[in-house]
Amino acid sequence: MQNQGATGLSRRDLLSLVGSVAGSAAMYHAMTSLGFASESLYKGPIRLQGDAKGASVLILGAGLAGMTAALELRAAGYKVQVLEFNSRPGGRNWTLRGGDRFTELGGASQTCGFEQGLYLNPGPWRIPYHHRAVLDYCKRLGVTLEPFIQLNHNALLHAANAFGGKPQRIRDIKTDFQGHVSELLAKVTQQSKLDETVSVQDKEILLQALQSWGALDKNYAYKANLTSADYRGYARDPGGGLGAAPIAGEPIKLSDILQSQLWRYLRNFAVYEFQTTMFEPAGGMDMIGKAFAREVGDLIRYDAKVIRIQQNDGGVTVSYVDSKAPAAPQLVKADWCICTIPLSILSQIQIDVGPRMKAAIDAVPYSSSIKVGLQFKRRFWEEDEDIYGGISYTDLPIRQISYPSNDYNRSGRGVLLGAYVYGGANAYEFTSMTPSDRVARAVELGSRLHPQYRAEFENGVAVAWHRVPFTLGCAGSWTEKMREEHYDNLCQIDGRIVLAGEHASYIPAWQEGAILSSLDAITRLHERVVRM
Amino acid sequence: MRLTQIEPVRSTSRVSRGRLLIALVFGLIMPLVAHADEESRSRPQVPLSPGFRFTEATGEELFASACQGCHMPDGKGAVGAGAYPSLAQDSNLESGGYPVYIVVRGQRAMPPVGAMMNDDQVAAVVNYVRTHFGNQYRDAVTADDVKRVRP
Repeated sequence: MQNQGATGLSRRDLLSLVGSVAGSAAMYHAMTSLGFASESLYKGPIRLQGDAKGASVLILGAGLAGMTAALELRAAGYKVQVLEFNSRPGGRNWTLRGGDRFTELGGASQTCGFEQGLYLNPGPWRIPYHHRAVLDYCKRLGVTLEPFIQLNHNALLHAANAFGGKPQRIRDIKTDFQGHVSELLAKVTQQSKLDETVSVQDKEILLQALQSWGALDKNYAYKANLTSADYRGYARDPGGGLGAAPIAGEPIKLSDILQSQLWRYLRNFAVYEFQTTMFEPAGGMDMIGKAFAREVGDLIRYDAKVIRIQQNDGGVTVSYVDSKAPAAPQLVKADWCICTIPLSILSQIQIDVGPRMKAAIDAVPYSSSIKVGLQFKRRFWEEDEDIYGGISYTDLPIRQISYPSNDYNRSGRGVLLGAYVYGGANAYEFTSMTPSDRVARAVELGSRLHPQYRAEFENGVAVAWHRVPFTLGCAGSWTEKMREEHYDNLCQIDGRIVLAGEHASYIPAWQEGAILSSLDAITRLHERVVRM
Repeated sequence: MRLTQIEPVRSTSRVSRGRLLIALVFGLIMPLVAHADEESRSRPQVPLSPGFRFTEATGEELFASACQGCHMPDGKGAVGAGAYPSLAQDSNLESGGYPVYIVVRGQRAMPPVGAMMNDDQVAAVVNYVRTHFGNQYRDAVTADDVKRVRP
């Protein structure tokens, strides 16, 4: 599809001309203005040109934002140090595997009992294809990706009070809802009720489109027949040999779908953030954090709990104590500071910044979220139910069950994400439980979608983000009003300090937000250093 | 608000409490977390809220479902990279209007949990905290006090 301009040049010809004459940056600019490239703010590997003049930078936090800054600033000639509260890199980029021990706030400890190779990503777990910064760092750092299945037509939609509590296949709800709506629209189109909005020429095309999109028959009806079965599957699949003719299934009635509220979950397969293709790092999300740490691990001081951030015209001084054995504070000095500490913690640390940035730091509440990973003796979702990857949604307090997007069709144990709650009363209720109660609840509730839980469950691990010592919450929870008042003040450089992290982005709770925020912060900081 | 993009769909339907309780009995006989240190058990028999908002009614239930996630079952808070303040013997609770405001509006990273409660629930949980954990402030706050500080 190429637009022929008045010049006679196709758009593609024009672009290759621009590319060959002016180089890739101009090419990118031209592509964007012609609506060709995606709208991501990531422009490829950052180029910090100009002399860093031997300046030193202290980075607080070795999550993806902090390690991105460390990697790029060292490459640009800065002297870099990083302080990290945990004993490992990554921050919320985190994976729990068998043998890992985790102690939450309040003192409850869990040792993950998963078999080798099985894991839970308590934090980020999927990467949209348009998160170009995350994907590019994965490529540069050699992180292997595999597809993450967001939509599996054979996974389930479930409402406790609909269809007698029986889970429905996503395929049936999606196809039947689409089919019924198409039939309704075809009906009013034929009755000429849309004549004011649809032209005569378009009317026929619209009818054809509805027939094709909604699986309607030649009379524009959505019914049990082999046309709808092509979309929704069969009561009996086509086979081979004698007596193997397919039998169409009966669509679910429109009213039943509407009343069930199951249509609400279809947005999870429609919104931009969740559109296919999505990815996950093979082996666990922390493969990204570990890959960064292979590059910058020598710069990181672990177990460092920051307690004071001071600055004056000459530089920055940060005080920290050993997070495992707090004793006399240690001091670190640098010319500049990039602080990626979550606002939930930074708002409690004495920091020398102006009143506007301080007000912004104090303005953002942190959302509540929990995840539960459950190990089962066998992959019954595949063996019994033909569910390979994807997510089932429910209105039960566990909200969703996600099936592993890896190791398909393998015999032996498997781990499900048995609960993922983000916000709302249930997130707080789960947080308020002991870890073992969270697991027990997830098993009990999940068994209403998969009765096999009762026989096959082995062990579980549960993470409630408000109980996580290094974040005290899941992610910054901005409102439009908050952003208007505070966002720019949060992101401005204040003297010698600049903040970065998912909280300083328009993509909160996503790793892309953390990295883009970091790249923007170091770009502005570097410009200032070069100008000085 | 961007976060709604990844928030599970908010439920307005009602789960049968009877059915939940039956299911919970099964829950109690399930094996628990492998190797988990058994601390004092929270309340596995209590039904969870069926929708986005809290449905617990008493101050005690609301504390155990909302507040103790951070402030802990003994109200004493916890310390990590940052800290959750203790509510035990807390002189900040002397004026009832202060905790009402914090619960409804949030403070710094603390979310406005009162947004998921009605006025009676906020008053109940504030009154509970002000009369437990070593606090003895007997002048109860009312639903009207809560209504006045709603945004």
